Amino acid sequence: MPAISVRGLRKSYGPLEAVRGIDFEVAAGEVFGLLGPNGAGKTTTVEILEGYRKRDGGEVEVLGFDPGAGERGFKERIGVVLQSSELWASLTVREVHAIFAGYYAGPRDVDETIDLVGLGHKRDARVKTLSGGQKRRLDLGIALVGDPDLVFLDEPTTGFDPAARRNAWELVRSLRGLGKTVLLTTHYLDEAQQLADRVAVLVAGEIVKLGRPSDLTASAKAEIRYRRDGELVVLETEEPTRTLHELTAAALAEGRELEEIEVRRATLEDVYLELVDEQPT
Amino acid sequence: MRVFAHQLRSEQLIFWRNRESAGFIFVFPLMLFLLLGSLYGNETTDEGYPAIELLLAGMLGYGAANTGFAGMAITLVIRREYGILKRIRSTPLPASSYFAAALASILLVFALQALVLIALGRVLYDTGLPERPFSLAFLVVFGAAAFAGMGIGTASLIRSAEGSSAVVNFILLPMAFLSGAFGSRDYPPVLEAIANVLPLKYFIDLLRAVYLEDESAWSDPGALAVVAAWGLGGALLGARRFGWEPRER
Repeated sequence: MPAISVRGLRKSYGPLEAVRGIDFEVAAGEVFGLLGPNGAGKTTTVEILEGYRKRDGGEVEVLGFDPGAGERGFKERIGVVLQSSELWASLTVREVHAIFAGYYAGPRDVDETIDLVGLGHKRDARVKTLSGGQKRRLDLGIALVGDPDLVFLDEPTTGFDPAARRNAWELVRSLRGLGKTVLLTTHYLDEAQQLADRVAVLVAGEIVKLGRPSDLTASAKAEIRYRRDGELVVLETEEPTRTLHELTAAALAEGRELEEIEVRRATLEDVYLELVDEQPT
Repeated sequence: MRVFAHQLRSEQLIFWRNRESAGFIFVFPLMLFLLLGSLYGNETTDEGYPAIELLLAGMLGYGAANTGFAGMAITLVIRREYGILKRIRSTPLPASSYFAAALASILLVFALQALVLIALGRVLYDTGLPERPFSLAFLVVFGAAAFAGMGIGTASLIRSAEGSSAVVNFILLPMAFLSGAFGSRDYPPVLEAIANVLPLKYFIDLLRAVYLEDESAWSDPGALAVVAAWGLGGALLGARRFGWEPRER
């Protein structure tokens, strides 16, 4: 049974159709990325799956529950990291973890959870003394302290500096090591590429591409560029080997050099930007 | 029950650890009592009561409104705007346990405050001990709960964390003043008419009846009904309008 199953999901805010009938499934133990620009409907989708919002249409099943029903059994098994939230500034890291642990029937060990998110040295520090990155770790810690099967991470690294992002990525990878299913939203392409087993690209409320990060680029055309008599020539091809062979054979036969020749495979970024640009806004 | 006890302990830890809430909610009414008590503690009112005992009854009323109404409203708005309520909403903690623990925590804080007020009056100003301790204890719990209900309703009307303290005190301080919390209630008819629709005046009337005249808490069912109606009205408004998610943004 998939951890998450979504069929024809729709949600509007007044006249604005935020989510326009999307389908996807997330397998247990998978890290699934919802990738898209701001306003694409990522947070709306995640908040429906978390049980915060009611859907207008479609079928949604998360861990065998309808998240909209708000059942306690469902909440026992999910962990949520919100885009932004503050916690009680004068409590310590350990006290905040202990408060959240007490809400669950079978929580993880508090100290072990603090170590897991790398806050062991800050165990007795007040929340107000933590850096931005450490606060995010705290958010993740309290999402994990209930020992959930499924963890939602809504834009976990937005606003981070590069070093803090690398650290956060290590944390997400450690979730995979724990066997957790992870649903991650991001508008950073490299983040999806680094972390997700599969990615759905969401643009204007619709999924325009779904697959492994490597699949997204596999079908893309390659580009061959060279200069002929100083003029730039650009060839797009789906068969770069054949095209290159023909080009070089012809050049050798003519005794000519293909100046500044390069072959470029489209990166995920090219594919992504193309997908985003194709959509009317 | 286990989660309720856990959440009550958590509420107490959060309350006492936070200097602003512990100072403003718990210490401020005590300070006000000492300050006003030293100003006119030895006088006698026109009705023939020692002014300090009238003040003590008024400060018990102000304390109930401050702890119940201001404490509940400000805490709820700040937690909502910080995303703490939204965060808690995704955990198995039931909403009923959350609110029951928040209310119990307020009752605990105010019961302690009422004991300290009575003890301070006794030690420093030689005020009398209540002749009807159970009636007074009932009023303490009843009043704090009713004002907490109004706090929930008010929280649903406040939009920002920054403004919560200002809005709450804009309501609370004039109400306390008009209702005679700080002593006299000798006002022009217009102000008196306003005080006559506010719950704190009736609550202080009840406290005066029990503490100064040794009457039972049930001696004025009409006043009880007004306070209860305000509390229920606030709680119902909250139940209809209250949101768990930040309003700003």
